[in-house]
Amino acid sequence: MPSVNKTFQADKHPLEDLLRVDRLPHIWCPGCGIGSVFSACLRSIKNSGIDYNNFAMVSGIGCSGRGAGYINIDSFHTTHGRAIPFATGIKLANPDINVIVFSGDGDLCAIGGNHLIHAARRNMDITVICVNNLIYGMTGGQVAATTPHMYRSSTTAAGNPESPFNLPLLAYAAGATYIARWTMLHSRDVSDAVSEAIGRKGFSFIEVLSPCPINFGRRNKEKSLDTLRMYHEKSIIKNNATPAELDIEYGKSIVLGKFIDIQKPTYSENYSRVHNPNDE
Amino acid sequence: MKYWRVPLDSDEILVEKGIIHIIENRCKGCGYCIEYCPQHVLVFSDTFNAKGYHLPTVNTDDCLNCHYCEFLCPEFAIFSIAAEP
Ligand code: SF4
Ligand code: SF4
Ligand code: SF4
Repeated sequence: MPSVNKTFQADKHPLEDLLRVDRLPHIWCPGCGIGSVFSACLRSIKNSGIDYNNFAMVSGIGCSGRGAGYINIDSFHTTHGRAIPFATGIKLANPDINVIVFSGDGDLCAIGGNHLIHAARRNMDITVICVNNLIYGMTGGQVAATTPHMYRSSTTAAGNPESPFNLPLLAYAAGATYIARWTMLHSRDVSDAVSEAIGRKGFSFIEVLSPCPINFGRRNKEKSLDTLRMYHEKSIIKNNATPAELDIEYGKSIVLGKFIDIQKPTYSENYSRVHNPNDE
Repeated sequence: MKYWRVPLDSDEILVEKGIIHIIENRCKGCGYCIEYCPQHVLVFSDTFNAKGYHLPTVNTDDCLNCHYCEFLCPEFAIFSIAAEP
C-alpha cells in the first residue's frame, strides 16, 4: 500500500494567498486551460518577491476576462476590449505599480485590437498575457480573429474561410519590445516569461495557447487531452524566430519561444524627457 | 523508484519525495494531472466529489515533488509538498 495515499480536504494551496478562495471553484469549464495560465501568472507574481500592493491586474470581457475576479490583489474587470487603456491609466497615474493585463484573444486582439497596437507602439510599460483559445468561448463559439483557416466554429460550420492573425507578428509590427508564445502545457515557460516581463521595462506581450474544449474542441473533434497532446507533439521551440513565420495553420507545427526582447525607451520615459527635462 | 538506467551515484544523491494533497471540492476531473505526471503517480479514483467529478488519487510511492501536477491543474485543486526525509 503506498504510504502517500492521502487526500486532505482543508489544506492550503501554495497560491492560496493570491486567490479569492471564496469564489472558487471558478467558472471555467472542466478541461479549460485558462486556469492553468492564470496559475502560472500567479506563481510569477508570488515568486517575484514584490509586495502584492505593488501589483494590479486588469481584465476585459470573456472567459479569460474573468481572471481579474479571482486574484486577491487590486484588480479591475473592465468593459470589452478596454483592458489595455485601463492598464495604461493605472501605469501613468502610479508608475510604481506593476500592471498585468490578463485577458483573451477576442478581447485583446479583436475588439481591443487598436488599443493593443497603440500601447505596443508607445512601448507602454505593462505586461499583457493573452490567453489564445482560438475562439469566442463565452458567447458561444463564434469564429474569432485568431481561429485558424478551415477550423470549425458555430458561425463557420463548414470551416473558417478567413486567415487568422499571427499575434506575435502583429505585436512586433506595432512595436512591442518583448514577445513570447507558449502553450498552457509549458507552464514553467509561461511563468518564466511572465517573471521576465514583470522584471523588465516596456510593453511585453505573451501569447499563451489554451484549449477551449467546450466551444472549440467540440466542433473540431478535439477533446481537451487531444489538444494538449497536439501542443506536446506539434510544438517546436525556436527562440528568436522571425515573427513573420509564426502563423498557426491547420495540421502544421506551432512555433513557441521567446521571439523578441529588446530595450527601447518607454512611453513614460519619453514623456518626462519632453515635459520635465530638468528632472533627469 | 523505477529507473530506465540507474545513475552511478544514485546511492549518494538524495531524491526528494513529495506528498500530494488534493482539494476535492475544487477538482473538475479534467485528468491533466494524471496524464502528465512524469512518474505516473496519479490515477482516477472510484469516488466522486460533491459536483460529481471523478477525482484523481495517489497510486504509487514515486512522487518526486516536481510540482508539475500542481502547475498544470487549472483548478488550484492539487499540490505537492516535500515529505520529511
Ligand atoms: S467556453 Fe471555452 S474558454 Fe470559456 S471557460 Fe469554457 S472551455 Fe474555457
Ligand atoms: S509532484 Fe510531480 S511526481 Fe508528484 S504527483 Fe505531481 S506531477 Fe507526479
Ligand atoms: S488537474 Fe486538477 S482539476 Fe484536473 S483532475 Fe487533476 S486535480 Fe482535478
